[in-house]
Amino acid sequence: MRLAARDWLALIRPGDYLVLVLAAVLVGMLGQHFWRGGAADRAEIRAAGKLFATVPLSAPQLIVVPGPLGLTRIEIDVGRARVASDPGPRQYCVRQGWLKSAGAVAICAPNQVTLSLLARQPAYDSLGY
Amino acid sequence: MTRSVIELTPDASDIRVARFATAAIVLSLAEAAIPLPLPGVKPGLGNIVVLIVLWRWGWRDAAWVALLRVFAASLLLGQFMAPGFFLGLGGALASLCVLGGAMHLPRRWFGPVTASLLAAFAHIGAQLVVARLWLVPHDGVFALAPIFALAALVFGLINGLVAARMLLEIEAAATAA
Repeated sequence: MRLAARDWLALIRPGDYLVLVLAAVLVGMLGQHFWRGGAADRAEIRAAGKLFATVPLSAPQLIVVPGPLGLTRIEIDVGRARVASDPGPRQYCVRQGWLKSAGAVAICAPNQVTLSLLARQPAYDSLGY
Repeated sequence: MTRSVIELTPDASDIRVARFATAAIVLSLAEAAIPLPLPGVKPGLGNIVVLIVLWRWGWRDAAWVALLRVFAASLLLGQFMAPGFFLGLGGALASLCVLGGAMHLPRRWFGPVTASLLAAFAHIGAQLVVARLWLVPHDGVFALAPIFALAALVFGLINGLVAARMLLEIEAAATAA
């Protein structure tokens, strides 16, 4: 007995479709949860080479880091972070804008402050990249 | 010296369990010959038999078939008491527990496909837990969870459809007889 595609579909009852969709959503969620290597989940701030703070990228906040030239202000947002202002002369780290991916680094060399984003599995290191 | 004779008379249920367990064991053996990309990702064809027995003859017979399959297939493959055996046993026990609940869902809405999907997910869930607790005591095993879950989705659906179709044929044969 050969069944046409339509007859196979008739074997699926209404609730089965619901379970099928929920199962597919579960697969997607597991993939998201265990394989989101590229998305950063925390920021590491260093001043003069020493760890100043490690903050999760879960809620907006402003962190002020003192350095030899003055204060560097770092802005944390959900899933991203940036150097909002820095006393350095050329403003490279400020002009980098928002950092989003794991491994991204903004370095304010004159004021000796670095901001780097981390994840459990970094996608790449922007210095080596 | 009196000779004592113990005679065991198998009833209809015993014969049915033996017959279906044989079918499930043969499917497990056939499946062992299929090369697999990743240990643990298997179609689980024997579960089709378990589903059919569950749907038509109830949980008790299905449990017998499922557990006989795990023990006999592992003995025949030389895997008895090996890690794979415990993974299979854990999976079989978990899916039997879930099937015990799934069979009481209203049948108008939920068919063998639902039962198959739920059992497949229970199976991989238990396997991952056994693997994490005993074989690979590191959270790294959970990196495989999405692959196992995808396999459970695909094979759960296919096995459920095959079981549903075979149940139709069995019912048609039973009413014709």
